[in-house]
Amino acid sequence: MKQIVRTIVKRKRPIRILLAKPGLDGHDQGVKVLALGLRDEGMEVIYTGLRQTPEEIVAAAIHEDVDVLGLSSLSGAHNHHFSRVVTLLPKEERDAILIIGGGIIPDEDIPFLSQNGVKAVFGPGTRIEDIADFIRANAKKC
Amino acid sequence: MEKEELDQIKHATREWEAGPLRKVLERSGERKIFSEIPKKRMYTPEALDDFDYLRDLGFPGDYPYTRGIHPTMYRGRLWGMAEYSGFGMPEDTNKRWKFLLGQGQTGVSLACDLPTQLGYDPDHPLAESEIGVVGVSCPSLREAETLFEGIDMDKITIRGSINHPHMILWAMYIAIAERQGIPPEKLGGTVHWDCLNEYVGRGAYIFPPEGAMRLALDFLEYGLVHIPRVSYMVNAYTIRESGATLIQEGAYAMSAAIAFMEAARQRGIDVDDFAPRLSFNHAIHMNFFEEIAKFRALRRLWAKITKDRFGAKKSSSMLFRLGLGTGGSTFTSQEPENNIARATVESLAAILGGATYLHTASYDEAYAIPTETTVRIALKTQLILAHESGVAEVVDPLGGSYYVESLTDQIEKEVMDYINEIDRRGGIVETIRSGWFQGEIAQSAHRKQKEIEEGKRVVVGVNKFVTDEKPSFEIHRAESRVAEEMKGRVKRLRKDRDSQRFENALSGLRKAAEGKDNLVPFAVEAVKAYATIGEICHVLRDVLGEYKSLSF
Repeated sequence: MKQIVRTIVKRKRPIRILLAKPGLDGHDQGVKVLALGLRDEGMEVIYTGLRQTPEEIVAAAIHEDVDVLGLSSLSGAHNHHFSRVVTLLPKEERDAILIIGGGIIPDEDIPFLSQNGVKAVFGPGTRIEDIADFIRANAKKC
Repeated sequence: MEKEELDQIKHATREWEAGPLRKVLERSGERKIFSEIPKKRMYTPEALDDFDYLRDLGFPGDYPYTRGIHPTMYRGRLWGMAEYSGFGMPEDTNKRWKFLLGQGQTGVSLACDLPTQLGYDPDHPLAESEIGVVGVSCPSLREAETLFEGIDMDKITIRGSINHPHMILWAMYIAIAERQGIPPEKLGGTVHWDCLNEYVGRGAYIFPPEGAMRLALDFLEYGLVHIPRVSYMVNAYTIRESGATLIQEGAYAMSAAIAFMEAARQRGIDVDDFAPRLSFNHAIHMNFFEEIAKFRALRRLWAKITKDRFGAKKSSSMLFRLGLGTGGSTFTSQEPENNIARATVESLAAILGGATYLHTASYDEAYAIPTETTVRIALKTQLILAHESGVAEVVDPLGGSYYVESLTDQIEKEVMDYINEIDRRGGIVETIRSGWFQGEIAQSAHRKQKEIEEGKRVVVGVNKFVTDEKPSFEIHRAESRVAEEMKGRVKRLRKDRDSQRFENALSGLRKAAEGKDNLVPFAVEAVKAYATIGEICHVLRDVLGEYKSLSF
């Protein structure tokens, strides 16, 4: 009988994550709390600050050599901004970086986002631990 | 209270503690209570042994205003009710406003979309996907005219959350009123004027603090003379909503007001001219008595600050005018209908706390801006409290409660300690510039999240008493036609307007911005020449610079 072995990858370095706020939305309590929370979980977190264009976010993700890119939006412009960030990422980065989203995002938009490369969407009330677990299970690079 | 009587009470309390209380505690213990501010099990006159009625409470409308800023409070007039509202195109919002005014609302509270708030026209690349989404798109006087079509501007009060470019929006109001034959001195309302809070919460800044302060003070200087009925709002709501504790929220309000009063004084504006026009915007969260005590404490503290620190003479300078909004961040996306109960509890705290004005968030707050149905329920929540519950019958009904008075004292002291800490660090502007204050708030937000995740802080339907039920109700969706239509309109406007008048107006504004002239008359002329908000802000960005956010 073939045994399925779930290998726990021993990572060479802590997971690096870039948290970004695309667009004009200024609500960043959630993203700041997440930054501090993921730091507590042992990850290296970089937060871009507000009002980043998709181009700036992509440049930062590549420059910082991150494993995970977290996008936050509470203004309703997520479909446009998130998919634009993914489109702008070079193909190999798109495959290597785990892209996740959060904020005020209606359930009915999630299929669109997942078709556009956003692997998971975390809404209000999500536990940071759950996000961290998801990241650990799905981040590929390191 | 006589010493002898107090001693008797103390003695009786010890007996009760040693007797019936101890028995129960030994037998069954007590629940674990979680609250930000530590509390006793029960309060007796012992908690108020230093209490002096005339010194600490006095009468409503009398120093130190603990019991309220008007002698009659809601027996004279109910608080103002206006739901923060705006979406889509100006005609959509105009229709919603007329609906709300017809349903008992006393003013309008304009929600602008992000491009308008941040000074970008609909056809700017950064406005993509944001047009008419979180508020109405209102890039020019032409659109503002549609917004107020059929609404008599002298019959209502106007608020509107546009911050750094508030001058431009008010220039539009002035221009529209003029056309309705209403002189500016008859305009009443509240200017969303606190440029500082945007660097800490909400993030809707444009200019660096120096430039933003100049715009605010120019507007103040002009407004005190030409639109004397408006008030200038210090906004601590966004600070609380960014995760601040109630103490930090209170301290921000006081420290920001202190910074503005000092800046106004440097401009030669007398405290007794400015302070009577100052108002405050605060959040109400779910700990009912803490919120009520917070407002009572801040009223007293503000009276002391204006009197002792600024030497105010007029009693109207010492009044803590209190606009309130229920805490959007306390509303959950899980089981959203529960938020109607939260809105009721928070609104009740607002009323018992002596609000002058109240916005109740709609139960779909965690999903989108409200639909006509959900905003109607929010407004009716206030109306039910006002007209059915009887809570507005008596002034400061909780005054004299051992618990509420003791909590009021405690909060006043803690807020004052925090103000002193901010003062030691150079004042609120300096602590924002260095990022210290933002860091403090982020730490509080982080702590709160941990408390929720650890289950210490219960949020019903989120970390306790959870169901799997998916909410099913209609949520507001922005219509895609809005963006195209608004882009077209702004392009047509640029073609149609008198280009000479426009050019002159903008170069006049630029010159004034480069120099020291008050900018308001130039903004009014630019607006009348149909310069757009994007074009005006472009000039101001050029001259005053642009703020780059700190990560924390």
